[in-house]
Amino acid sequence: MNAKVACLALLLSAGIAFAQGFAGLGTDAEGFLTPMPGPEFRFPRDHGAHLGYRIEWWYLTATLTDADGRDYGVQWTLFRSALEPRTIRGWRPGQIWMGHAGLTTDQAHFAAERFARGGLGQAGVTTDPFVAWIDDWAMTSRAEGGADALSLINVVARGLDFAYDLWLEAQGPPIFHGDGGFSVKSADGQASHYYSQPFYTVAGTLALPDGNIPVTGTAWLDREWSSRPLSPDQRGWDWFSLQFADGARMMGFGLRSDVRATFTAATWIAPDGTTTAYPDGALKLTPLGTRRVAGRQIPIRWRVELPARGVDVETAPLNPHSWMATTVPYWEGPIRFTGSHEGRGYLEMTGYE
Amino acid sequence: MIGPATTAILSHWRRHPGQCLTLFLGLALATALWSGVQAINAEARAAYRQAASVLGQDQLARLDSPWGGPIPLADYINLRRAGYLVSPVIEGTLGTFRLLGIDPLTAPPEAQPTLLAEGALDVADFTSGAGLILLSADTLPETLPDGLPPVRTVKGLMPRTGITDIAIAARLLGQSDPSYLLVLPRQPAGLPDLAGNTPGLRLTEGGGFSTPGQLTDSFHLSLTAFGLLAFAVGLFIVHAATGLAFEQRRASFRTLRALGLPLRTLIAVLLAELLAFALIAGGVGLILGYAMAAVLMPGVAGTLRGLYGAEVSGEVLFRTEWGLAGLGIAVLGTVAAAGHGVLRVARLPLLAPAQPRAWAIASGQTMRWQSGAALVLFATAFALALFGTGLAGGFACLAALLIGAALALPPVLAAVLGAIRWPRAGPMAEWLWADTRQQLPGLSLALMALLLALAANIGVSTMVGSFRGTFLEWLDQRLASELYVTVRNKAEARALRDALSPRVDAILPVVSVAAVFYDMPADLYGIADHATYRDHWPLLSSEPDVWDRVARGTGILVNEQLARRTGLTLGDAIPLATDWDLPLVGVYPDYGNPAGQAIIGLDLFAERFPDIPHLALAIRTDPGSVPALIRDLQEAFALPPRFVVDQSQVKHISLQVFEQTFRITGALNALTLGVAAFALLTSLLTLSRMRLAQLAPVWAIGQTRRRLAVIEMVRSGVLTLLTFVLAIPVGLALARVLLTVVNVEAFGWRLPMRIFPADWLRLGLCALLAAALAEAWPAWCLARTAPAQLLKVFTSER
Amino acid sequence: MLTVEDVSKIYQTREGPLTVLNGVSMNLQVGDTLALTGDSGAGKSTFLHLIGGLDCPDAGRITLAGIDLHGLDDGGQARMRCCMVGLIFQQFNLIPSLTVAQNMAFQARLAGRYNARFVTDLAVRLGLEQHLQHYPEQLSGGQQQRVAIGRTLAAKPRLILADEPTGSLDEATGDAVFTLLLGLAEDTGTAVLLVTHSTRLANRMGRRLHLRQGQLVVPAAPWAL
Repeated sequence: MNAKVACLALLLSAGIAFAQGFAGLGTDAEGFLTPMPGPEFRFPRDHGAHLGYRIEWWYLTATLTDADGRDYGVQWTLFRSALEPRTIRGWRPGQIWMGHAGLTTDQAHFAAERFARGGLGQAGVTTDPFVAWIDDWAMTSRAEGGADALSLINVVARGLDFAYDLWLEAQGPPIFHGDGGFSVKSADGQASHYYSQPFYTVAGTLALPDGNIPVTGTAWLDREWSSRPLSPDQRGWDWFSLQFADGARMMGFGLRSDVRATFTAATWIAPDGTTTAYPDGALKLTPLGTRRVAGRQIPIRWRVELPARGVDVETAPLNPHSWMATTVPYWEGPIRFTGSHEGRGYLEMTGYE
Repeated sequence: MIGPATTAILSHWRRHPGQCLTLFLGLALATALWSGVQAINAEARAAYRQAASVLGQDQLARLDSPWGGPIPLADYINLRRAGYLVSPVIEGTLGTFRLLGIDPLTAPPEAQPTLLAEGALDVADFTSGAGLILLSADTLPETLPDGLPPVRTVKGLMPRTGITDIAIAARLLGQSDPSYLLVLPRQPAGLPDLAGNTPGLRLTEGGGFSTPGQLTDSFHLSLTAFGLLAFAVGLFIVHAATGLAFEQRRASFRTLRALGLPLRTLIAVLLAELLAFALIAGGVGLILGYAMAAVLMPGVAGTLRGLYGAEVSGEVLFRTEWGLAGLGIAVLGTVAAAGHGVLRVARLPLLAPAQPRAWAIASGQTMRWQSGAALVLFATAFALALFGTGLAGGFACLAALLIGAALALPPVLAAVLGAIRWPRAGPMAEWLWADTRQQLPGLSLALMALLLALAANIGVSTMVGSFRGTFLEWLDQRLASELYVTVRNKAEARALRDALSPRVDAILPVVSVAAVFYDMPADLYGIADHATYRDHWPLLSSEPDVWDRVARGTGILVNEQLARRTGLTLGDAIPLATDWDLPLVGVYPDYGNPAGQAIIGLDLFAERFPDIPHLALAIRTDPGSVPALIRDLQEAFALPPRFVVDQSQVKHISLQVFEQTFRITGALNALTLGVAAFALLTSLLTLSRMRLAQLAPVWAIGQTRRRLAVIEMVRSGVLTLLTFVLAIPVGLALARVLLTVVNVEAFGWRLPMRIFPADWLRLGLCALLAAALAEAWPAWCLARTAPAQLLKVFTSER
Repeated sequence: MLTVEDVSKIYQTREGPLTVLNGVSMNLQVGDTLALTGDSGAGKSTFLHLIGGLDCPDAGRITLAGIDLHGLDDGGQARMRCCMVGLIFQQFNLIPSLTVAQNMAFQARLAGRYNARFVTDLAVRLGLEQHLQHYPEQLSGGQQQRVAIGRTLAAKPRLILADEPTGSLDEATGDAVFTLLLGLAEDTGTAVLLVTHSTRLANRMGRRLHLRQGQLVVPAAPWAL
């Protein structure tokens, strides 16, 4: 889930106040580890924080439906950004944590944001038991026995005017993007460690101003960490996750550059979790129409083509105004797609000024 | 018609530039003093608003510990983990420097420095690395404590207050627990109410904090009173000047009317003339007022800091709020002061003989009216002193007293001059006496102004002098220890005790904790049981065994202001915690301290607050050994100079604070007196022109002009002296009201009144000098008046 | 008693020097009464003021009782005004802040010649005995002039200088006041120099001089002798 890397990097380059807190990190990785090819993942350790790397996230998106068949989307994200490659006890911010929560209906979009400094207990991630939290927002493992910690999780978050409480059960194994979890982000070699759990089924409750709504659906969890995720010329990206009727999944992104062609990458995930990574150019993303959202022109409809898999679909958002009006604003919301395939997914678009 | 009429009317000023200048100066001075005071007030109020809003404290609710100490960090994290949006603040002082540590990650925008909230400052620069401290530009760098992060000056902060990241504040202040938590105005959906979920913490709604507001109100009220007084005095000048101008133009007015100028037009032209004067002189007055405020503001800032602990910048900005008000009051004042003249023009009979007549001669009827009004006002003042409540009552009492005294002055002076007979006086003395009495009505306004200025001077200086004397005595008693040492940590404290014990008579720890009594912030002190306190500590009232009970931990002392504010009397049980109260066994004076304070025995303190280290030590020793001790201590413990202070230094600093505190009072006093002298000058000038008719016969009968001039000087001196003598009782009454009513309401302490006759002598000489200066010009003019000028009196209409 | 020798007075005006008196000479003996007439602005009052020591001549000498008036300093002239001369003007003779009694006694006390009985007698003769405790403003114009006369006579001056003393009074009142003045002056042997427009008053004086173009002339009118 490349998008998040870029999200943080963009924070920097966008020159927004808080973003610049991470600014030094976007351009050099001094004192921090650099993702190297051929990573070895070990769980539960790698579900936890990798303090040696500058940025990291736990990123969940869910496409949900209520009893009346109405669609919903939910986002839960915990970002970690390191000022120093260690946790410092006390007020000094060795790590800064940021939480984003979103809830999209066909009529409205809710967003909330939290910040915390590490070292106090206000936010953090533990692996045994697995909990990722900021304030009262938490992603908590409910897995028992020897099962993978992320195979059964409870996710809660709360904003000023919404809340949700979801239970997620993995129906397949975690999968690794790129080359065994080494995901390249640009022709210059920027990369991250990147794995996902794309096979969650979800049941839970959304608390909206009009009342509580029981929902069911599917969800996708991204885990990614890096120290130097983007090239300096990369300004924004468009990230898709698509779910196909046969149980297959697809992840694809395009990183837009000021000076070069968009860098694309995709992962095809078979229903059994087998993955195929597609290099730059295999995926083709074409905006079909823009709409004015939060004062910007946002391409909310896309043509997504992965000829190698016979994919040629057009996407449409559940709610064109799925705008995350957070410190660094971006568009993130559930979509449906039609064409060669039909199904639901999630779209994230950043860097539209 | 209007054109020529205007020219005719205005030509007067060209022929009488001195009069024009007088009117102009009077208006400008009145406006200057008034608007200067208003500028100071506006600046201070803006500073309070700013102080209250630095962390959104004026709007945001707050959670703090009911005992005034910090909030355990775990409590804060638990609240956040429960979903509540609260933001920590670590606040403390480094010497006199106030440090506020905020957490920009959780603070709402309204609680952040503007720079951060608007994104003009990187949160990262603020939060990470060496960090930053935001200071106002008028915080002098050399007065800052050591070890601060890089400084960035910003607008909109109070002096001597720094805002920095909470991590830096925690390090500098050595405190990791938040001092309090700001509660964000909107809390997430679906959470239980915060109020019921903060065990051990106290939730205060926004706006409910004791700001310096109430206390400083009294200060600003008194400044306003001074401003009003000065303005009134300035209006006397305007009244005198316009009165003369109207009188001298009566012939012109009549001629113009006889030539067919409608009365309405004449009045309109005159009003337009007044308005122009008011606006131009008022504008100049605003500039003068601004300059005055700029000069006085540092003193005011010192006063507010010293007396009320309120931080106010020493800068003054031009604000439209007082600018417009100043111009407005200049116009209103002009109309009020000149209204009488305009009215007389309106009533001027077309064909009345142009008989010159002193315009301001008041009849006996006026005197009776003044006496009656004065009596009513005195009765009101007396009733207010007895039954009035609150600061407003105190000031109303003062106002009634002063206005009453001013109104009573002419009748009283007339009575005095009438009652005194000089059995063997020569004809000139007799004439002088009679003439003085006759001149009284014309001078009464100026003399009233002088009386007010003198009475205010006597009253305020008596109050300040009483305060000063009491304060000095109190300092002597209170600062009984020879040396005061502060150390940095427990280990140092232990080492210091070991090192000092053999060399000194006693080492008395002084420990304190910020506390809250009756919802007011206060300091709770623990003191050792020692003769230093038993023999020296001043007490206003106490139980017989007060010190035994304090030592045993079965009694508590509170300072006077706390006792007064809460109405405590001896024997009252003072709640210190839900499970802990102590009976009040003594009340002690605590002058100059804006906050409440209480004292308990050291053992009890240590038992209740075991974590608070004994870092401040009072040391009793032979005074002669103090310099050597200081030197040894500084060498052995490398203590910074301000950590080791001897008694005389403390006294010196306290006195400095005290003097600074009342500098503004002195300045305003002098200004008011100056304006009163100017009023006297203009009145005398006005009268001197009308007095030729009185003086010419005496001259013709065989007096030299010089002698007459001397006699005029003597007359002014006599009137001034009489006014001064009458001002003494008024001033003393004023001081008494200030000390027993206003001070108690404003500061919470009552001071014994002391009398300073030497000061009166000085003031009396000052007043005489002012009168002499004011009379000097008219007298000099008289001495040089051409005989022809005097002779005209006898031959023609002037 | 009064000798005026070759006295000149020149006023500096905007239009240039204006000669008011040009080498005027005259004298006056004890008990003499002299009327000085002349057109408006002829310099009558100026002449009177010079003699009274109220103003200084630009040339010439004025001797009063053998004393050169303008050889004296300001204080000396004041003493002469106080002790030797009585001045009565058209109006505003009185000191407004003093009562009638005080006004009448004022100059005598200054001159050190105060005699209570004499003043009381004067008051009776002037018909002022009912008004002794009144203030000038409470009196009519005629009464005020009578007080002025009383004050002057009470000081027993050698010379009374009167400048239109009845100018602000109606004819009858003026005549009455004037008669009193002349009568009392005669009784006390005081010389009187009267400045007036009124021929009628002038004719009641022993001598008459006319001031014309800065020179004193004896009027040629038939009634003069």
